[in-house]
Amino acid sequence: MPDLDNDDEAGSEAVTRAFWSGTITFGLVSIPVALYAANRSQRVSLRMVSPKGTPLNRRYYTSKDDKPLDTDDIVRGYEVEKGRFVLVDDDELERLAPERTRDIDVRQFVDAGEVDPMYFERAYFLTPAGGSNKAYRLLARVMEETGRAGIATFVLRDKEYLVAIIAENGILRAETLRFADELRTPADVGLPEPARVKPAQVKRIDREIGKRMAAHLDRKELVDHSADKLLKLAREKMRSGKGVVEPDEDEAEDRDDGGRPVIDLMEVLKRRMAGIETDDDTSPRAESDEDGDDASSPSGGGDLADATKAELYERAKKLDIPGRSAMTRDQLANAIRRSA
Amino acid sequence: MGARAIWKANLRIGEVDVPVKLYSAVQDRAVHFRMLDAKRHQPVKQHMVDPDTGKVVESERIGRAWEGDEGQLVILEREELEKVLPKPSRDIEITHFLAPEEISHQWYDRPYYLGPDEEEDEAYFALAQALQKRKVEGLARWVMRDKEYVGALRAEGDYLMLITLRHAGEVIPASALPAPKGRELDPREVSMARQLVQSMEDEFDIATYHDEYRERVLELVQAKAAGKVVKFPKAAPKKTDVSLADVLERSVAAVQKERKRA
Repeated sequence: MPDLDNDDEAGSEAVTRAFWSGTITFGLVSIPVALYAANRSQRVSLRMVSPKGTPLNRRYYTSKDDKPLDTDDIVRGYEVEKGRFVLVDDDELERLAPERTRDIDVRQFVDAGEVDPMYFERAYFLTPAGGSNKAYRLLARVMEETGRAGIATFVLRDKEYLVAIIAENGILRAETLRFADELRTPADVGLPEPARVKPAQVKRIDREIGKRMAAHLDRKELVDHSADKLLKLAREKMRSGKGVVEPDEDEAEDRDDGGRPVIDLMEVLKRRMAGIETDDDTSPRAESDEDGDDASSPSGGGDLADATKAELYERAKKLDIPGRSAMTRDQLANAIRRSA
Repeated sequence: MGARAIWKANLRIGEVDVPVKLYSAVQDRAVHFRMLDAKRHQPVKQHMVDPDTGKVVESERIGRAWEGDEGQLVILEREELEKVLPKPSRDIEITHFLAPEEISHQWYDRPYYLGPDEEEDEAYFALAQALQKRKVEGLARWVMRDKEYVGALRAEGDYLMLITLRHAGEVIPASALPAPKGRELDPREVSMARQLVQSMEDEFDIATYHDEYRERVLELVQAKAAGKVVKFPKAAPKKTDVSLADVLERSVAAVQKERKRA
């Protein structure tokens, strides 16, 4: 999808790329891994188009006189008081977390059942990278056997993440957790003191519960019917040919994926777990010795997939890539790849 | 100060109606930056622009299109989109009850508190008690602001919590993936790794973890606002390469030493 700034952007293409790669560290052990989303949005994404069906681009303008702004004319600011902003650039944000930018730092191991599910936010599969297969399997084996989860933190793109690393089926998964102060308590919400309840009332409700007990969660219950209907409508309309705009050649060429066939996330994950580097992985690392004893992190020198946006931006600047400041991280990586 | 209810609803279990209010259990703590015009340091405005004409398209004239696999766009008219919207309703229907372990937390998306209606709070607290006694969770379905939701209804102490669930197909189970394979692991290394994991074991108290990075970002902007010089933390030196067995052994020793000291 060319316009990654679009609200409605979702798309399978984005999720098949590694979300990030870093190094799990605990004690003195380092295990390089790549992170892949374990959740994929199945929300039907729609694009914003002109009345004629041309996909629209988001552009920025000055607030006073509505003059168009180039992305070079846009800076980032934090509002310290109404109308007063402090400018902050990417470089400063990166420098706030130098020692942790690559490390998924395991701080403790806990009983996996001890983490309140209310804290779970999103899951990522961790796949072994850079010769970490053995250390990866070792950690997964031990954690699964002992029923332990690793609690770790890492910083990525302007945000610190707290995760519970869970081993299941020989596979490591990082569940991002909300920080304690991100969750309200009933008192924060202002819920009233519990009222007195007549036992007969509880009994009446309990009877209704009893009538509706199920042994297992039926996946059919989790179907999004309206999304299905929308998809059906769109597919039918495409078949009828009414209101269909064929892609124009130029745009097709401009697409970020360069016409690469859409790879299913499942396929990518299966290959990564098996140690096969996928097309989306542009890492220059050599095919690693599967059972290598090297447990330390690879030097991430020229690795586009691992580079931060700021790093990519710097390289784009050196290569004098036009329009670089308007690009997303992925767009920068693609542009560098093309000019190389 | 309490939070504002985001929705009023009627929770329904068969013949029993429980009037409730929905509150977000999550509060946004993220540091938000604004995009500013570099010259005047004023927030920017956004418009959608037609790349063919270079002109701004007003929001009333913006259409929606679905993108097919080969990049074809299917324009969907407003009336068509309205037809597929779920029917608005105030009901949260509880269809089933299950043992909590039947709803894997991998389905959990976002937690909400349910609060009682001021006038009629007995049914609310009775339901929380009934759920606690039976140790079950309810499976809920509702439509809120034109979106369809499935959720898990649970007792959180004396109160009710509703956690929205991801839809079918949105979660990839670990069981669907092959585990990384390789030569049989060395039993000595397995036992050392076990020792290392055990030595780092501790009770979990999430409140001891802070978003330190967020705190540093706030310090940075405050220091800059006050015109102070900002000091950045220095990077730690990189570790050197050694064998896995060595690293495990040294890690266990290091952690044990630290524990003794504590």
